[in-house]
Amino acid sequence: MSIESRLSGLVSGLPDGISEGVALGTGLADGYDLYTSPVGEVVVTFNIEGVSSVDLAGAGFEDRFAERHGRRLFRAAPPSAWGKHIPEAMEAGTPGRLPVDLRARTPFQARVLRIAASIPKGEVRPYGWLAREADRPGAARAVGSTMARNPIPLIIPCHRVVRSDGHLGEYSLGGPHNKWELLTHEGVEPARLEELADHHVRVQGDPATGVYCHPTCHVIRGTDQWNVVDFSSTAKARAEGFHPCDQCRPGW
Amino acid sequence: MDDLTAKLAADLEGGFPSLVESAGPGLYWGLRRLCSDHQEAEDLTQETFIRAYRALSGFDRSRFEELRLSPWLWTIALNLGRNHLRNRSRRPTLVEIHDHGRNDEEPPDTAAWDARFSALPTSQRRAVVLRHVVGMGITEIAEVTGRPEGTVKADIHRGLERLRKVMEQEK
Repeated sequence: MSIESRLSGLVSGLPDGISEGVALGTGLADGYDLYTSPVGEVVVTFNIEGVSSVDLAGAGFEDRFAERHGRRLFRAAPPSAWGKHIPEAMEAGTPGRLPVDLRARTPFQARVLRIAASIPKGEVRPYGWLAREADRPGAARAVGSTMARNPIPLIIPCHRVVRSDGHLGEYSLGGPHNKWELLTHEGVEPARLEELADHHVRVQGDPATGVYCHPTCHVIRGTDQWNVVDFSSTAKARAEGFHPCDQCRPGW
Repeated sequence: MDDLTAKLAADLEGGFPSLVESAGPGLYWGLRRLCSDHQEAEDLTQETFIRAYRALSGFDRSRFEELRLSPWLWTIALNLGRNHLRNRSRRPTLVEIHDHGRNDEEPPDTAAWDARFSALPTSQRRAVVLRHVVGMGITEIAEVTGRPEGTVKADIHRGLERLRKVMEQEK
């Protein structure tokens, strides 16, 4: 056999992993890996922009991803530059140094999601608060649907956003019982929140400082709970001479 | 335009996997013969396609009409290869695939060929690989490597001589 024909036979198949690497690097596909969370095993997907979604692990997550995002998924290690921040972002319930891919959201949705990510661990805020913080005070419903379609739950903590009447409300990652579970894990007492909502309590004031807060704000939680005064609206708190907390910004 | 180029021009996202499928084996095994290292050939193959995809995203109709895929891809690959040798320590940022059920078996004489090609000077090695492994024409090789056709022919000739000698010594 001539050397020329031996050389021409040296091209064989493409080794495994190359076409997947190309698909990830071009943005035609995302990678995924599995992580544990308080609500069980979850799939975290990512691409060159950052983390793109979080979903419950189990049958069908690849199809759901393709349907929602229009891309394929491959199991892969996350980019070494920030992959190590994924577990800490899930534990903290905020992205921190982890980049997130919100390109498919509208600018308003992306802004609302980033504001939601600023809610401290162990506290909750109503939809109306998010709408106000995003400079669209009338857009509480749009905020609600943005939370319902949050692609990155756990890391963008939509579980810390509750209905404007104070009730816990729906949760996209497996249903309301998971919201209950996550808030309990963070030290919020969901049963107490439901009870306050049943009694129409929206804000609570501390007579010692004259400040009123959202009921889960660390400022009001840090005071003597026996003295705390309940209000069914911010107007009623103000009428009693209270002023809004500059930490949780409950509004006028 | 050939069928694949027309497909890329019409629908880059949809057509790109076909480009990887058809051009990938030649690119990987050509690069493998040039650098004798699986990891490096894999990185260069991936990076070449990623660069190609970004470039093609900005192509208009007339650029697609002028495009000859194989020489163009090899121009990108050889440029990357030069920079790669310069910054060997710098690894591409994305993405290490988990080796689930990975087929690690290479063709049986892969290591032997890695050794044989290592005996060739760079320009001869490049010319022989592009001509006889990848199957590129002399004119295209001259274009891709930026060397005169006469020099390319001489490099191929001397490279083949050298390979024959190395293989004879193996016996």
